[in-house]
Amino acid sequence: MAIAREAEPVGSLQEVKEAGLDREDLLGVYRNMLVTRGIEERGHILYKQGKIPGSFYTGRGNEAAAVGVATAMDDVDVGTPLHRDMGVHVTRGVEPWRIFAQYMGRADGPTKGKDGNVHMADSRLGLLAMVSHLPAMLPVAVGCALAFRIREEKRVAVGWFGEGASARGDTHEAMNLAGVRKLPVVFVCDNNQWAYSTPTYLEYATEHVADRAEAYGFEGVVVDGTDVLAVYREARRAIEKARSGGGPTLIECLTLRMEGHAVHDDAFYVPKDMFERWAENDPIERFRNWLREHAELGDEEEDQITSGVKKLLNDALTRAEESPLPDPSTLTDGVFATSEDLDTPHHK
Amino acid sequence: MAEKTYLQAISDGLRQEMRQDKRVFVIGEDVGVYGGAFKVTLGFQEEFGPWRVIDAPLSETAIVGGCTGAAIMGMRPVAEMQFSDFISCAWDQLVTVAAKQRWRAGTPVPITVRLPSGGGFSGGPFHSQNPESSFAHIPGLKIVCPATPEDAKGLLITAIQDPNPVLYFEHKHLYRRIKADVPDERYTTPFGQARVHRQGDDITLVTWGAMVWTADEAAQELEGDGVSVEILDLRTLIPWDKKAVLESARKTSKVIVLHEDTHTGGFGGEIAATIAEEAFEDLDAPVRRIAAPDTPVPFSPALEKVFIPQVEDVVAGITELAEY
Repeated sequence: MAIAREAEPVGSLQEVKEAGLDREDLLGVYRNMLVTRGIEERGHILYKQGKIPGSFYTGRGNEAAAVGVATAMDDVDVGTPLHRDMGVHVTRGVEPWRIFAQYMGRADGPTKGKDGNVHMADSRLGLLAMVSHLPAMLPVAVGCALAFRIREEKRVAVGWFGEGASARGDTHEAMNLAGVRKLPVVFVCDNNQWAYSTPTYLEYATEHVADRAEAYGFEGVVVDGTDVLAVYREARRAIEKARSGGGPTLIECLTLRMEGHAVHDDAFYVPKDMFERWAENDPIERFRNWLREHAELGDEEEDQITSGVKKLLNDALTRAEESPLPDPSTLTDGVFATSEDLDTPHHK
Repeated sequence: MAEKTYLQAISDGLRQEMRQDKRVFVIGEDVGVYGGAFKVTLGFQEEFGPWRVIDAPLSETAIVGGCTGAAIMGMRPVAEMQFSDFISCAWDQLVTVAAKQRWRAGTPVPITVRLPSGGGFSGGPFHSQNPESSFAHIPGLKIVCPATPEDAKGLLITAIQDPNPVLYFEHKHLYRRIKADVPDERYTTPFGQARVHRQGDDITLVTWGAMVWTADEAAQELEGDGVSVEILDLRTLIPWDKKAVLESARKTSKVIVLHEDTHTGGFGGEIAATIAEEAFEDLDAPVRRIAAPDTPVPFSPALEKVFIPQVEDVVAGITELAEY
């Protein structure tokens, strides 16, 4: 039996306006979703061309969840997005060329070639770089919220995790501490139904991951993760609740991982009809139809947006390919921080 | 200047730093109302309030991970592990997140983790360990092991102000046993500078933490036999004062490395290897290691005495090396 609240879809443009988005914002959301998918599609090609070393991960199917939540965050808020959350980096303003440079292990990637794929973040944009050990960033997000609470700042931390990572103890410790201390943190579960090859019924025994929130003393809500407006509305509610001292919320965004765990994985274990069913709910196509129906998105305006995104990404790719490989002498740089390194927005 | 126990010195250093720097806060199990399992933070919550002296749930992962997040947001967290043994529960947060964040993502993580460590009072396998060597192997972590009250205070303040994750191993067997004059004012003791605990000419004994005092007793015993022992207290393992060790090795030509941690993979191996690489020509004997045997820490006093290097073990080691 489900315990978490199951969120309703968003209906009219009026309802969206009430949630704080005007038409320009909506087009920005659409554009960010296109950029997100475009980066990953181009990345996939680069990988097949042998230009990306290591492995390559995409978040196809998760664009609405990532962009929806990030759009609901204020500039002062911070977050710990994961490998299906490229949309968060895009929405927060990370330049696509730097993401391509990161993919290719170039000197201009956010980690300067020291780490790969989506293991990156621009701290000036309020993001913290993920690690592979999931969900190790949840306690870190809770720590950001703790700092805000100690300093009595009206800021919120958003911590992402997957339904697979919900099985690990970090999830429990993070949520328990956040619940006990009523910290300004929002937990976002990207439930894409497959933890590599493991289905949800082998990861947890409740109906929803969000059902657990009740046990930690805060609200859980399940939202259709392919519906960017519903995700935005629920994230905005949760973030503002946290900001005003109401404590954490667990939002579970239900999606399907539309590709393998990484590009080497053909996802043979996912039933074909499951892919077909979820393909009908493609988040970008869905939002595009909504915009055409409710926000007067016409052919001309749509062409402008798509050609703008195409140009942005083509230019980004060119610029990233011009970025040099890291100088071998930089390997040992920065193992330890110096006091000058603390001259960041957060440490000032 | 007043005489303080090692424990009082830690407490004083922490309190002073919290008074002068609002970014510093303490989080751990039972650190607030109870004042910490060893009473290091006794009275702190009354002075600084419940949001700067935070009683955490039994959640080492959330404590260390939480400190990491708060540190990246500009705070200077000091976490207390109730016993250093429990740091294993937070391994991932320290090693996977905190240690690598500066190098790979450019984000410094200025956290201090206080770790009451060491044996000598029948704490058994889970309340007596000295896990410093495990963490010395992880690039990005600093390791501090004070032996004296003065250093306990000065090194703690340095740790809190250091822009990196620092593991501060405070030896439980020194808490109330060791007393000395400690300056009242705030001061810092630099990392990576060994302290000559005792001057000597015949043998260099490199050690840290509680073993400094075991070495001291052994050296005193041997004084009458005409063996002059130089004791180097490393104070910090990462960074460690290679220069001071090599200089002393060149002076005496005979070196013993002594630690309470187990033998294999212990930090003594790193020191011995460095001396072999860089001062081989100056040695008159092989570098010798005195360490705990490769077993978990035992409970019964009869077994623990065999496990932890005793004064007589050190005397025997020095005598043997002196005769080489």
